[in-house]
Amino acid sequence: MSTPEKDEATGTDTTGHTWDGIKELNTPLPRWWLWTFYFTIIWGIAYTIAYPAWPLVNKATQGFLGFNQRTEVASEIERFNTMNADLRTALAEADLTTVKDNPDLHNFAVQGGASVFRAQCSQCHGSGAQGATGYPNLLDNDWLWGGEIEEIAYTINNGIRNETDDAHYSEMPAFGELLETEEIDQVLAYVQKISGQEHDAGLAEAGMSVFADQCSSCHAEDGTGDKYQGAPNLTDAIWLYGGDADALRYTIENARFGVMPAWGKRLSASDVNAVAVYVHGLGGGE
Amino acid sequence: MSIIEKHTILEKSPTLLFIASFAVVTVGGIVEIAPLFYLENTIEDVEGVRPYSPLELAGRDIYVREGCYVCHSQMIRPMRDEVERYGHYSLAAESKYDHPFQWGSKRTGPDLARVGGRYSDAWHVDHLKNPQSVVPESIMPKYAFLADTPITGEYIQDVMTTHRFVGVPYTDDQLANAASDFTVQADPDADWEEMLERYPGAVVSNFDGQPELTEMDAIIAYMQMLGTLVDFSTYVPDETR
Repeated sequence: MSTPEKDEATGTDTTGHTWDGIKELNTPLPRWWLWTFYFTIIWGIAYTIAYPAWPLVNKATQGFLGFNQRTEVASEIERFNTMNADLRTALAEADLTTVKDNPDLHNFAVQGGASVFRAQCSQCHGSGAQGATGYPNLLDNDWLWGGEIEEIAYTINNGIRNETDDAHYSEMPAFGELLETEEIDQVLAYVQKISGQEHDAGLAEAGMSVFADQCSSCHAEDGTGDKYQGAPNLTDAIWLYGGDADALRYTIENARFGVMPAWGKRLSASDVNAVAVYVHGLGGGE
Repeated sequence: MSIIEKHTILEKSPTLLFIASFAVVTVGGIVEIAPLFYLENTIEDVEGVRPYSPLELAGRDIYVREGCYVCHSQMIRPMRDEVERYGHYSLAAESKYDHPFQWGSKRTGPDLARVGGRYSDAWHVDHLKNPQSVVPESIMPKYAFLADTPITGEYIQDVMTTHRFVGVPYTDDQLANAASDFTVQADPDADWEEMLERYPGAVVSNFDGQPELTEMDAIIAYMQMLGTLVDFSTYVPDETR
């Protein structure tokens, strides 16, 4: 270690370190940088006094500002609930058939329902409510369990074939175990016939009696279905699981068992009604 | 200049320099990490949280193996937008039996902390086999092979024993019945009452809809219980937190 000396060329002190005759200048840090540095230290200390920070024996210091993230989020949610309180209460208790007569409430329900739908319903029913194979399209006017606005709200609240007591429930038998292959061929042809598809006329003729014996109690004699049992209309071109021969055969042989959760357990009454208003207004509502 | 002169003692001895820098770095560890082990309010006591059932645990291992945590978080932060979308914010207690935790750090897909019960089993099968069939805009890869990969409870007891070793309170009863609990959870026709007593709130279902037990059953069993154990209608937040 040698002692610092003044560098002749720059007039700056050296650090005093030498390596093989090479010396290092000890240029001072820019003043703005130094002050910023000191300020961050002061800021850091002030921050730990104002906010929860230092761990002690039983718990950490709570900070003079009394900040608590849980209180923060609770009050933030409360703030919005208070702002919407009147509309929410009105919507939760509303007679859904008359909501459209109240423009403010209707607007609130449609906008709120749309955002709940995007967050909770779109994964199955599609972001545009167009549905997917196995998940009903909500834009058309074909409804398994009823398309009146009150019926839609009931379905959202209680769901379908889930573990709750009030859920819609029905179960189609797996006819693969009940009917001969020949009978399945026949009834398949009959279903193709009543839904207006290409079919084998001879098989369809024979399938008519199979249908009357086995299927008509739920799907109705003319195949138009029964909304009290969630039995789909077989005479239109709308198919939940596909209407081609392979899909129909699979459905007849194995049956289907679509499940929808009971959203009343997760959403508030006003949110359920909002979604019902939104879905009902998508175009298919009855 | 005396302190600088003394500093040369450290600088000229690698061993001393290492010991001194280790001591400095240790301060940070002690201040930031050590309190979490003794502070009582780090993990608040919450009713309902239990260790994973054997099938859920196997599903969780598949979740980790496939790297689901790379795109999905399991951590609902205490912010209004997250609470509105995903449900009640996550509590530390809800992941206290996770080794390792699956909080994640990036949401390419949505948060899964409360995905349990949100979709039907059939939706999970459709979605895991081909996500775009139900969510056309999704960029998630296909995991159809899970439904073709049989799984057995052969080693699940060992896995649970290891978890007990790191602090998960599996009872001897739970360990002894591990293999049978593993299979009955995916078989609604089996005798699953005792399994439910050991693991309250577990979902019993033939998750993948196939007769044989596959990895699809395990991961859906795990999905369907995520975030469902705490009853938030009776939960009161701990004020000291």
